[in-house]
Amino acid sequence: MQFFRMNSTSIKQTLELLEKKEISSVDITQKCLDAIETKDKKINAFITLNKEALAEARQADLRRARGERGTLLGIPIALKDIYSTKGLKTTAGSRVLDEYVPPYDATVTKKLKDAGVVILGKTNLDAWAHGSSGENSDYGDTHNPYDLNRTPGGSSSGSAASVASGMAYASTGTDTGGSIRLPAGFCNLVGLKPTYGRVSRYGIIAMGSSFDSIGHFAHTVSDSALLLTVTAGHDPYDGTTGNLSVPDYQENLGKSIKGMKIGVVKEFIGAGIDNEVRVSFEKACKTLESLGCEIVEISLPHITYALEVYYILVPAELSSNLGRMDGVRFGNNRNHFSAEAKRRIMIGTYTLSSGYYDAFYNKALKVRRLIIDDFTQAFEKVDAIISPTSPTPPFKLGEKTQDPLSMYLSDMYVCPMNLAGVPAITVPAQPAHNLPCGVQFVGKQFDEKTLFTIAYAYEQVRGPIHLKLQI
Amino acid sequence: MSKTSRSLSKEDIIHLAHLAHLTLSDEEIEMYGPQLSSIIEYISKLEELDTKNIEPANQVTGLDNVLREDFILSDRTFSQTDATSNKKGIKKGMFEVDAIFQNE
Repeated sequence: MQFFRMNSTSIKQTLELLEKKEISSVDITQKCLDAIETKDKKINAFITLNKEALAEARQADLRRARGERGTLLGIPIALKDIYSTKGLKTTAGSRVLDEYVPPYDATVTKKLKDAGVVILGKTNLDAWAHGSSGENSDYGDTHNPYDLNRTPGGSSSGSAASVASGMAYASTGTDTGGSIRLPAGFCNLVGLKPTYGRVSRYGIIAMGSSFDSIGHFAHTVSDSALLLTVTAGHDPYDGTTGNLSVPDYQENLGKSIKGMKIGVVKEFIGAGIDNEVRVSFEKACKTLESLGCEIVEISLPHITYALEVYYILVPAELSSNLGRMDGVRFGNNRNHFSAEAKRRIMIGTYTLSSGYYDAFYNKALKVRRLIIDDFTQAFEKVDAIISPTSPTPPFKLGEKTQDPLSMYLSDMYVCPMNLAGVPAITVPAQPAHNLPCGVQFVGKQFDEKTLFTIAYAYEQVRGPIHLKLQI
Repeated sequence: MSKTSRSLSKEDIIHLAHLAHLTLSDEEIEMYGPQLSSIIEYISKLEELDTKNIEPANQVTGLDNVLREDFILSDRTFSQTDATSNKKGIKKGMFEVDAIFQNE
């Protein structure tokens, strides 16, 4: 039966099979639950399972039998445990919220439910989404299903590992400085960070409010585009969502990208990149050339300051956001914060404190402006930017936990996009060191459509990826 | 805090923790000193850039003054039961907080 090979089955194909009644939502939900049962002891992708999953699947099957349609009717997905889910525990990966049960749904949770998804459960993450490896979770490390000794990437560690290992068809994430794209790259998945404001942040526990981008993981570019048609849009509850209509993101999939100009960032191709990652990236560039694209070198002169700006502004924002975790109305008290959260709260407190505000926070806002201008100028010359997703293959668990700075550097290719608010997508590319390796495409603000067109064209001709899941 | 050196003393760490309402153990105070100092040294690299006439980026997508009518949105109003559902020891439907004023 086709649905046993879930890893090669896209949401799109699954919806067709559901429609033809060849499979039911109960069948595929049960398969996911079975996979969780057998694999998750070793992967640790889930913090909480939804006991109602099968009931939701039965409901979806009934709705379909009645002739109802929903964009994602009956598709089992997982939500990063930072999305508020009414009646279902939401921890943000932290013991502070160990028993917190939200009394409301995040806007995106509601939109996905309205589209008919089955929610399998809530996935593991670095506590408060602070991290690049999943190792800052208070609920244990998540393991990469391609090599259990390695990180699946973070902070959306469980969301990536669950989809990669066949425990869910898709999953949601948050990307403040690469937290979707890094794990997607490390787990051989398509990961989307939409434009800032394209998808509502309402009900998603905040990290850096001017950075947080609400995206997702899927196996294919087409599925990623389908998911965005559900999640995107203006939300009166989030004032930063642009009041722009949501286009049909799947419309241009399959269109030729001949004649498009794709920029390679001069400043990215320096020291620190693994040699096999570089080979994989160069091959991706050649593939685009074979599709008729012109690869041109561009410069983003201030991008070498991106991580510094990020590690001033994001801790400042998160130290304010986490100020509300006082244990008075919900959750435990502040003694339950673990090391990385305390570290970041104190950095933010430092850079916002009297005497340092101008030297750090205000200075960083100005450099952020320079970086935004760099991107704006680049997009006058090119249609999109291509870059590696990560400078290295997935690293070993424990390798970087004692050195916060080296951990931060894992995000050097992904974090600048959050400073500029631009959309980016990572797509599986040729493996490096026999491990997953992603290639990233970056577009203009609110131009996800072009991004999907390029990513899809690349995905179709890239060729098969020879990787084996360890589990 | 000393302005000339980027290195944070034990007292600096204790002060920061106090500002952020965090309680640190002695081991944590020892650990955070060098870690935070190295991060602050790292982010200080921005000093080398001249940003004299640059406007700070307070938003990234060009939005300005997003307003709405001032009325109660009934679909996101919690009942008292829902609002207090995540706390044990609710008294007469109210949260209990530490006293601000002490009776002498």
